[in-house]
Amino acid sequence: MSLAFRDVACVRGGRMLFSGVSFDLAPGDAATVTGPNGIGKSSLIRIAAGLLPPFEGAVSCDADKALLTEASALDSDRTLVAALRFWASLDRAPNPDARVVQALQALDLEALDGIPVRLLSTGQRRRAAIARIAASEAPVWLLDEPANGLDTHSVARLEALIARHRAGGGIALVATHLPLSMPGAQEIGL
Amino acid sequence: MIALVRRDLRHSLSSGGATLVVGFFLLVATLFPFAIGPDAALLAKIGGGVIWTAALLAALLPVERLIGPDLDAGVFDQLAVRGRSMALVAAAKIVAHWLSFGPPLMLAAIVAAGLLGLSGDTLLRVEIGLAIGTPGLAALAVVTSALVAGVRGGGAVSGLVMLPLAVPLLIFGAGSLDPAGSAGAIKLLAAVSLLLVAGAPFVAAAAIRAAMD
Repeated sequence: MSLAFRDVACVRGGRMLFSGVSFDLAPGDAATVTGPNGIGKSSLIRIAAGLLPPFEGAVSCDADKALLTEASALDSDRTLVAALRFWASLDRAPNPDARVVQALQALDLEALDGIPVRLLSTGQRRRAAIARIAASEAPVWLLDEPANGLDTHSVARLEALIARHRAGGGIALVATHLPLSMPGAQEIGL
Repeated sequence: MIALVRRDLRHSLSSGGATLVVGFFLLVATLFPFAIGPDAALLAKIGGGVIWTAALLAALLPVERLIGPDLDAGVFDQLAVRGRSMALVAAAKIVAHWLSFGPPLMLAAIVAAGLLGLSGDTLLRVEIGLAIGTPGLAALAVVTSALVAGVRGGGAVSGLVMLPLAVPLLIFGAGSLDPAGSAGAIKLLAAVSLLLVAGAPFVAAAAIRAAMD
């Protein structure tokens, strides 16, 4: 299992955002994508997710992916637990209900599980989206600005979650402009 | 696939989508007697066509909510990352949309037939036509919704996109009301509806993928 970029270039709206990006992530590896606003961090994550074709180069990934973007994709009129269960039931891993309960615990959201998603605050909604990632049990995590809107306590929880994911043989590719502690992570500067 | 249909269906029922469509349909159907006057013979003559026109306009109502909100919320991104075929996702959307508006519309047509003084015979033909035609309308609605999803002010454009394409359904649907040519019109209605249902998932999927870019 691996996630590899070979000389990947990205063109958006007729403009070359980046080119010649290469990296290789093996189980347990992590990488942070850094760079100024508008340089293409989110596009790189979307290319890794297979949602955008690379303009040049090749991307290879042979495992299930979990994607966190700005859009939480949680149904706003349903309760948090029901919204998470919907996605968990579409994942490949078995026991969706148990995975959701564990993910809610990991992000300290158990008390909010019966609240409709639309009533959650920005930070709580972000934590809920991270819970969707944790519940997926996909080996490759693609996180676009996961720390946005999180308080320091939740950032620490996110770091612990990524560390545990890597310790279990997972891969994490994280685009962030906020400092996130991920020991031994490669840095991909755009 | 079933989970998707269930989610969409629950969403459209809880947001009052079906009530809105039925209410609008009945309102349009009652506008005609007001505009034309209480001439029972005339109303009975044009009533079937009125029901078809009202059904077409009512089908237009939920178009804006079918694809756009899910696109903005990143739902299609998540489905694509999980390796779901976009055409299957679009097919699920069509099934869910039809369930939320087809059967309620057919029930409301009974009420509308009463308002317009249609005979039981005509009502039966209207219902058969609606049963065959509404899946095509649902498919068309999902395609239109996907096509205008990325466009600002797409709601205004959707009528211009959808109504011309729905004209064959209207012609053969209303044509089936004439006892003489009923059988042929029903067959052509079924052919148009089938064509729309079969082609729509692929067109909608391509439009959704383009809008995701």
